[in-house]
Amino acid sequence: MSTAPSVLPRPRASQFAAKLRAGDQLAYTLTLICAASIFLVTCLLVYQLWAGSVLSRQKFGWNFIFSSTWDPVKEDYGGVPFMFGTVVTSLVSLLISVPIGLGAAIFLSEMALPGISDALTFLIELLAAVPSVIYGLLGIFLLVPVLESVVVPALKSVLGFLPIFAGPFYGVSLLSASVVLSIMIVPFIISVSREVLLAVPVDQREAALSLGATRWETTWQVVVPYASRGIYGSIFLALARALGETMAVTMVVGNTSKVQTSLLAPGNSIASVIANQFNEATSDMYISALIELGLVLFAITIIINGLARLMILTTGARIAK
Amino acid sequence: MSRRRKIVNAVMLSLTGTCTVFIVGILFIILGYLFWNGARYLNINFFTKLPVPVGESGGGMANAIVGSGKLLLLATLIGVPFGFLGGVYLAEFGTGIFPSMVRYMTDLLNGVPSIVIGIFAYGVVVARMGHFSTFAGGLALGVMMVPIALRTTEEFLRAVPQSLREGAMALGASKARTIATVVIPAAVKGILSGMMLDLARVAGETAPLLFTSLGNTFWSPGWNKPTAALPVMIYTYAISPYDDWHHQAWAAGFVLLALVLLVNIVARQVLARTSHAR
Amino acid sequence: MGSAPEAETIVGSTKQEPIIDSGSAPKPEETIKLSTELLSFYYGSYRALYDVSLNFYANRITALIGPSGCGKSTFLRTLNRISETIRHTRIDGKITLDGEDVLSLDVTNLRRRVGMVFQRPNPFPKSIFDNVAYGVRVNGLSRGVPVREVVEKSLRRAALWEEVKDKLHESAGALSGGQQQRLCIARALAVDPEVLLLDEPCSALDPIATAKIEDLLFTLKDDCTIVIVTHNMQQAARVADNTGFFLLGKLIEFDQTEVIFKNPSTKETEDYITGRFG
Repeated sequence: MSTAPSVLPRPRASQFAAKLRAGDQLAYTLTLICAASIFLVTCLLVYQLWAGSVLSRQKFGWNFIFSSTWDPVKEDYGGVPFMFGTVVTSLVSLLISVPIGLGAAIFLSEMALPGISDALTFLIELLAAVPSVIYGLLGIFLLVPVLESVVVPALKSVLGFLPIFAGPFYGVSLLSASVVLSIMIVPFIISVSREVLLAVPVDQREAALSLGATRWETTWQVVVPYASRGIYGSIFLALARALGETMAVTMVVGNTSKVQTSLLAPGNSIASVIANQFNEATSDMYISALIELGLVLFAITIIINGLARLMILTTGARIAK
Repeated sequence: MSRRRKIVNAVMLSLTGTCTVFIVGILFIILGYLFWNGARYLNINFFTKLPVPVGESGGGMANAIVGSGKLLLLATLIGVPFGFLGGVYLAEFGTGIFPSMVRYMTDLLNGVPSIVIGIFAYGVVVARMGHFSTFAGGLALGVMMVPIALRTTEEFLRAVPQSLREGAMALGASKARTIATVVIPAAVKGILSGMMLDLARVAGETAPLLFTSLGNTFWSPGWNKPTAALPVMIYTYAISPYDDWHHQAWAAGFVLLALVLLVNIVARQVLARTSHAR
Repeated sequence: MGSAPEAETIVGSTKQEPIIDSGSAPKPEETIKLSTELLSFYYGSYRALYDVSLNFYANRITALIGPSGCGKSTFLRTLNRISETIRHTRIDGKITLDGEDVLSLDVTNLRRRVGMVFQRPNPFPKSIFDNVAYGVRVNGLSRGVPVREVVEKSLRRAALWEEVKDKLHESAGALSGGQQQRLCIARALAVDPEVLLLDEPCSALDPIATAKIEDLLFTLKDDCTIVIVTHNMQQAARVADNTGFFLLGKLIEFDQTEVIFKNPSTKETEDYITGRFG
């Protein structure tokens, strides 16, 4: 009896296995390369920011973040007016959007019927999809006139003695930018806060109610503290967004590179000055200074984003067993 | 129970309702004002004609529409493959330090302001080539697409139950085959809608284009010339002192927002119907 | 199986006749603290409780037993109207506390008088001290008496004081499961309730912690009326003066605990007690 037939299939089998392995290997390598491209891009990005700002960093050193002079003619550059503008507009926008956003989140998680809550949240999340330049457009033609005709006169009549509301108001200003920003970031606060509030266990609410607390007391004294880390996370997330916003800000902030105490005065943020002046930059030093500003902005947003993520991930963790 | 507590309860709870109404109201005002103004100034010329000098009438933004289309095409060609395949890696092959680092870097890249991405594309392409180009703009937008494409892909692939993979492999399918023929099809709805949302987001981006594709009052054939884009036109026209251009900006805003919102609503509806609904 | 003259059973019959409390006639000094009359409960159109009439005697421990899904927890939650937090529910019938109609009382005031301890310990993410003080502060009961005294008294009543007196300002989350549950009891006691409802309070605890809480209940009944829902028959036998047996939303039998366990009047009760179903 010949055993030849049983010898033949084996080479084919090992070929087949090899092909299999090759397919897997190919898939692995291909996808690995794509994942690794993230590394490449990020490193390249940092390199571009670092190398592109070398002229400015060498000339000014640490002084760059302490100097408030921005003089393209004398080639003397300092980042303070823009850091100031970025910080002020972001903080004021938080001051406006956090109470309103948190209030809405509480309503949507504790009060509204589930169907209504979902529908309204959907609508509010659509606000987050509106492009920045459109907010800018509406800012110029809708918001600023409203501020000019109604809001600022009212503000000035009541609080005009405060230095932050001193001086004339010509429409484009730190205040206008802050208000536009607050509308842009409020959907993030609402969306994330609502989710963390909904995740608070039911028996926390029931425990408070069965002690005789009212619904508001239960919500404010028990539910919100339980979700507090996640809520702080949403605020940091919104802050990170506000810090990097470019178009809407640059269209209504006034583009003045000076530090002023009044919110009614025009100003500038890091992102908006880069957008505005990059193409006008006439010298290598000028461009280098702008890129250095980009580097500063990059560093700030990384830190804030990291903190935000950490907080949202650890919400409620203190009490979890 | 004291009257004071009852009053506080009623007041605070209605305040929260007021906040919600206020915000939803703002949404409607934004949409309403934009659509009203946009519709007023929108006409057939907008879609068919090139921009004309100030003072003349009958101009349009045909080049910007085409330009945006080209930029988004390039962005998709760059962003989707890298994001998708990278997501496949993280979901199917990814345990250990390297994948965690990739995830961290992806979130980092996602948080980078778009103007900084513009600086990046400027340095890598424009400075080297010596001129602005559609390619540079497309690259900037493509880079912006990758992080979200990657995370979305990973998320939806992970949501596919392990039992599906095991079932295929038990029948003798290789890992690559399983992924391609079983796992990805199961997650395709979610991934697709995620990509659509990603594209919609990037379609409205202006900042990264300001010093990459720049702008153009004429057509820009090929990929090597600067090109007009819809968001950039809105910006340029809105900050100009001419009423004509303001009208054009409204029309462009209408078109851009309508497209972005449409894609968003459709994508979210599709998402809501997948088993991975939020 | 003996038959008590007043007992009526309707299991097996199609008409809904009310179950009358078949317990022995109350002794002259035994007063009824809390009672229900023909109480029915609906989740939407689904009827969960059928005409339950039951008396809870002052300073006694009453246990409610029955298999899963029999309605005993649902019944308990109507007594302090915490059932109202779920939408589309309805209560039919009467609940009386000291003769007053519970359904028309101010609900936050009711809940101060009728306290509740839940199945799983649910301390607030606050310190031990603030947990116990919460009910006191929110109800404004701290006027005149320093909060610290009230907290200490409640913790002593809950047999937890010695274990936590040195760490009152540490987080409640650091305590063990049994300690957390005693903390929840202390928290409920701090507002001086007249009735204490416990919904399977030991089901998440180990035997030692369970024993501690059972001992606790004996000392507490001097100051308040206790109703405990339990899945554990032996616990009812150990702890309760009176016991009610629920099945499929109906109260089948109610009597002194000894009678229920040694001499039940209905076959269903006997079958449950002897373990023929669970």
